[in-house]
Formats: sequence, structure tokens, C-alpha cells
Amino acid sequence: MAKAAANTKATAASVERRPALAGRTLSAPGVKVEMLPPAERISLRAPQASLAALSKALGVTLPVKPKSSATKDGRTALWLGPDEWMIIDEAGNDPLADCAKVTVLHSAVGISHRNVGISVAGPAAAVTVNSGCPQDLSLDAFPMGAASRTILGKSEIVLLRTAADAFRVECWRSFSDYVFTLLSEAASDAAN
Amino acid sequence: MLLIRCPYCEEERPELEFRNAGEAHIARSTNIAGESDDDFEKFFFIRANPKGVIYERWRHIHGCARFFNAVRDTVTDKFIMTYKAGEPKPAKLPGAAK
Repeated sequence: MAKAAANTKATAASVERRPALAGRTLSAPGVKVEMLPPAERISLRAPQASLAALSKALGVTLPVKPKSSATKDGRTALWLGPDEWMIIDEAGNDPLADCAKVTVLHSAVGISHRNVGISVAGPAAAVTVNSGCPQDLSLDAFPMGAASRTILGKSEIVLLRTAADAFRVECWRSFSDYVFTLLSEAASDAAN
Repeated sequence: MLLIRCPYCEEERPELEFRNAGEAHIARSTNIAGESDDDFEKFFFIRANPKGVIYERWRHIHGCARFFNAVRDTVTDKFIMTYKAGEPKPAKLPGAAK
């Protein structure tokens, strides 16, 4: 059964998918917080020697610079650690299947359903995220495309800057209510 | 808030992303089964707990998740330097008397 599920394409899943907090949005002056549609995600661990083959299979070059990311054709690779990446595919393709063809040493784990994505966009986006995240989010320190695992309040998140005034916040789905509520409260405060 | 330099992220990050992981440079015996109880006690339980400069393991748990070593002053809480796990104790500390 498990084997059959692994071979099924992501689009043909047999179980109905109910993303946490689907469709929830909050608009405040200067910032909009909204749940993002489901995406395919994997957690990838690999040594330096495997990077070339994995980058080729995934179609996106795995970044090696700390706090950076690379995007190509709807697929984003986020540097999380010296041998750890998170791959987010918003185009509906399954990065896990692409990694399965690679024979070099690596570990790829599907985490599509573990995480949810929250978009924080608008001129006050950085202020909103900063209300719970202690990192320096100025454009000098955290430019567009910068990505990092960090914390938001009491919850661990992965933060990606998708534009000068837009962030993607990735958190575990069981933390999503806390994270969304914290961001909503912060968004309401950010305008003041 | 303290800023701690992570040698893997190559920048200073807020202390909330880090966890202390005890004293550094404690080598486990290669023949742990042959250790005497006294030696095992020293290895397992006894820590220096100095007042002043201490060598500690830290983990950037809410960041790159890597363990690294830090030299810290227990009196001032100041981080003197950090270096990657596995690297030897620095022979000379920055800012130390020449």
C-alpha cells in the first residue's frame, strides 16, 4: 500500500487533501496575510559531492551560500543548512519523484503535507514578520530571495523573501493557527 | 538581545535561534567499556564550570541546525569567538592580552 502511494503522482492522490486554514486571509492597511495554496515540498539532505547530480535532476541549482535560495519554473530551493535544503514546487510537479531517479547519495523526504505556506505581502510586510521574528529583515541583510529557518514567536518557521515587500512564511501545519493568528495581530498593528 | 555569530551561516544571528549544548572538547574514551568508574564519572558528570572564559557547544537549532563551539565569558556573557565543530581549541583568543 505504502509502495503504491509512493508511486502515485501528486495530482492523483487517492485521499482528499484538506490543507490547514485553507483560504484564510486577512487584509490590514499596508499588508495582506493569506494562506497559500498547497505545494509539493521535500526536505533534502545531501553531501557536497551529490549537488551537481541533484541540481540537474531537480532542474534548479541548489544554492550553497548561506541564507539564499534559487528559483526556476515554479520550483524554489532554499538553503537551510550546509547539507540541508527545502524544495518547494508550486507548479504541481513532484520533486520527490525527480530525486528518486538520482543514484548519488542523498536523502529526500516528502513534507508537502507537514508544512503550510503563508504569504505576507505589502509595504508593512517586514514590520509584520519582525513582530515575531528577531532577524534583521532590512533589504541589505535579507534581500530578495533570501531564505532562512528562524523563529516566529514560539514557532519555528522558514522565511523566504519573494519580493522587496513580500514574504513566504512556511510553518508546520499544526502550528499554522498560531502563526497565522500572530501574523494577523501583527498586521493589524503594523499600520499604526 | 545577544547576537551570536554562527560559523556555518557566516553571520551574527539573534540568540533566540540558538541553544546551549554544554561544555565543549570533552572526548569520549575509545574504550568506554574498559573505563574505570572514576574515569567514567569524570567524563560523564564532572564539568569545569569556570568563572570566566568557557568553551561551550552551541547549536543553531532554529537556523542551520548545526552544532558549533563558542568561547564565552561566564561573567560578562560576552561571546569572544565561535568556530566550527571539530576544529581544535583556538590557541589564541581575539582581544586577549598579547
